[in-house]
Amino acid sequence: MRFATAPAPHVVPQASVRLMMLTVLVALVPGLVAQVWQFGPGVLIQCALALAAAEAAEAAVLRWRGKPLAPFLLDGSGALTAVLLAVSLPPIAPWWLTVFGTLFAIVIGKQLYGGLGHNPFNPAMVGYAVLLISFPLPMTAWLLPAGVAPDQPDLTELWALIFQRISVVDGITMATPLDTMKTQLGMGAGLDQIRNSPLFGGVAGTGWQWVNFGYLLGGLWLLRQGVIAWQIPAGFLGILFLVSMACFLADPTAYPTPLHHLFGGATMLGAFFIATDPVTASTTPKGRWIYGALIGLMVFVIRSWGGYPDGVAFAVLLLNLAAPTLDHFTRPAPYGRKP
Amino acid sequence: MAGTKGGMSRLSAFHGGIHLENHKEVSSSGGLRICPIPPRLLFPLLQRYGRNARPLVSVGERVLKGQPIAGGDPAALPPSHASTSGFITAIEDRLLPHPSGLYGPCIVLDADGEDEAVEFAAISDYRALPREELRRRVHAAGIVGMGGAGFPTALKVNPGARAADTLILNCAECEPYITCDDRLMRHASAEVLEGARILMHILQVESCLVGIENDMPEAIEAVESELARGGHRGIEIVPVPAIYPTGSEKLLIRVLTGREVPASGIPANAGVVCQNVATAAAVYRAVLHGEPLLSRIVTVTGGGVPWPGNWLTRIGTPIADLVQRCGGYTQSADRLILGGPMMGFALSSDEAPITKTTNCILVLTAREMAARQPPMPCIRCGACAEACPVELLPQQLYWYSRSDNPERLADHHLADCIECGCCDFVCPSHIPLAQYFRASKSKLAAQRRERDQADQARGRFEARQARKQRELREKAEADKRKKELLRRATSTDKDAGADTGEIGGLAAPPEGPGPSRSARPAQHDETRES
Repeated sequence: MRFATAPAPHVVPQASVRLMMLTVLVALVPGLVAQVWQFGPGVLIQCALALAAAEAAEAAVLRWRGKPLAPFLLDGSGALTAVLLAVSLPPIAPWWLTVFGTLFAIVIGKQLYGGLGHNPFNPAMVGYAVLLISFPLPMTAWLLPAGVAPDQPDLTELWALIFQRISVVDGITMATPLDTMKTQLGMGAGLDQIRNSPLFGGVAGTGWQWVNFGYLLGGLWLLRQGVIAWQIPAGFLGILFLVSMACFLADPTAYPTPLHHLFGGATMLGAFFIATDPVTASTTPKGRWIYGALIGLMVFVIRSWGGYPDGVAFAVLLLNLAAPTLDHFTRPAPYGRKP
Repeated sequence: MAGTKGGMSRLSAFHGGIHLENHKEVSSSGGLRICPIPPRLLFPLLQRYGRNARPLVSVGERVLKGQPIAGGDPAALPPSHASTSGFITAIEDRLLPHPSGLYGPCIVLDADGEDEAVEFAAISDYRALPREELRRRVHAAGIVGMGGAGFPTALKVNPGARAADTLILNCAECEPYITCDDRLMRHASAEVLEGARILMHILQVESCLVGIENDMPEAIEAVESELARGGHRGIEIVPVPAIYPTGSEKLLIRVLTGREVPASGIPANAGVVCQNVATAAAVYRAVLHGEPLLSRIVTVTGGGVPWPGNWLTRIGTPIADLVQRCGGYTQSADRLILGGPMMGFALSSDEAPITKTTNCILVLTAREMAARQPPMPCIRCGACAEACPVELLPQQLYWYSRSDNPERLADHHLADCIECGCCDFVCPSHIPLAQYFRASKSKLAAQRRERDQADQARGRFEARQARKQRELREKAEADKRKKELLRRATSTDKDAGADTGEIGGLAAPPEGPGPSRSARPAQHDETRES
């Protein structure tokens, strides 16, 4: 009897790119819930906008490049980029800001490099950095967290703010805690003075700490699922903790507590969801440690002495650049070649 | 002191590996059945290293069971034996059990049903014989590694200057579905342990570790009760975790001894000789009973056969005959695989015969395999590197395979890849990595062969050039000498007794411009060559 042949192995993989991306999207839910709770449903509108823009952009470029649409539109990677960018934007960012950032991320940051798997830089962070540099004003207009301003804009108000270019009403937006701290420290205010602001409730700023707890929760679940490399968040958070602790102990009046760094800004989102993007991160065990640690260090440096209040996007992009070199110099010794 | 169960704490782990559904239950029950003599048996001449063995019989000849029918060339390759009596009806090209679907010369033996055997020279005490003689008996019995690699056992138990201190018996049947070693241990653990003692004696080692996967409780129990009967000094059974691919020789050595076989070395470099349990049983029968390797246990399994099980099968039995014993193929039989689902290769036809290394005939249905999705781009997730048991970076190798970069492939140690398919199995992008690596490896091997051939050709060319130069130079010198003699002869005629001319002649600059000028580079060439 005759049979068709095929190369070994004859059992097929269980994992898939789509499953991985969907798992990461699911893991974003706790952080997203915290964001909605603290800053209202604006972030969901941003997510929807970014998702629509991302899928449209992917479809257009894939068609232009003559690539099959279905496998790449459904792989979930564009959706993940869109959501990661959307949760980083102010909830009341005007629609064109979100759309422009997403288009830039997908078209320039990802597809022009060759699409899935070929982009050297994290596309969401490319989009974010471009927006932050080009449109600093709308990018820093964050809503006040629920703990500080109980009257969050409702859906109609949000709609007006996002789509009808109604100028932002004073009193509902304010700089983020990291931003405030940077500005105030720059103006010569002492840390104890700054901390009296209602923004600085809890360990790392009212509202923001909950968002970070949310992303930490999702990140830990991702680790359990085996979807992300544990060395990256471990290196990131470990170094951020060590360096901020050292500086805090050296001069508590000039440097905020390590908790402020760990649970402020985009720390947890960055450590578990952004730095761990496999395409742009280091792939060797040792390389991942170094990669994560250097991002953590860069985040601290930018926050403490740089020109921006938060540094996750820039730190990740800088280390994306270093990932191939890290891979080259941290290759593990194979079996039988151990020194 | 009979060996005891090794504590798990002393085991070393290897990097990566994967957990697979083992599907052992499909074939493991039902005991050992005996496959009857098929009407026609096939014995491929193709041996390791791509060499054909020399047939020792001619068409029309009657052969007896146990009679050598091919071998002797090259001498290191052990002979093949007729596994039943009958007539040689042809020596012709047939489908070989080979991954490339090759056809090659096979000895065709039509069984006469008598099963008449040659007389086997049994011995009672192997310790009375010199170890060299025992090794010769192993060789004459045609024994090769029965776990799949087929390396001549007589060579393997001769580690030469590299003294081994440990014998490892490999019973880590890590591929899913395969249960022939499990069955052998349940059925004939005494033979295996006797074989181990003989191998220990030949190798002069004091310690033997039987590595057996911990999901084979019946086999472990069988060995333990055999060990408890005593007399097996130094033999120890060590259950190892059932992680694929523990059964890979290098990895099992690491698990059991904590040592690593150096890259491009052999186990003896780590002080270990590793043998499959079936090989050990064959050594026992060969040394004590003088019986060549004539049959082996083959697992026939998978959803594509109605009655899976383990069969004691004569070497040379066509796969079709064996599958017939299991009720033929089911309607949904989709792929015929020689070996396991991870490393076995698919055959285009069941005409090919069972050989000494055939451990499993796996007939899978489409449902068991599931459809392979079209590959997506690599997302560098590193799952492959985490799974790789020899700690390579498959995602890097994949890039260099695709870009056909032999230097980088060598630099990333493609040659160390054991082709286990773990990377393939965990790849979320469904990239057929193992296939890429097999292709790149054979390409590199072909390039190396070509380079060697080119080197040889260049060497021949250079030698020829040098010879030509030398001949020219010698001719020039001869000419010169001739002229000199001629001149001297004429000068003696003119001026008898004056020999100043000789000195002047030697010191004089060369006369002919051609030969002497070409002689100089020739000399230069020669010094360079030496």
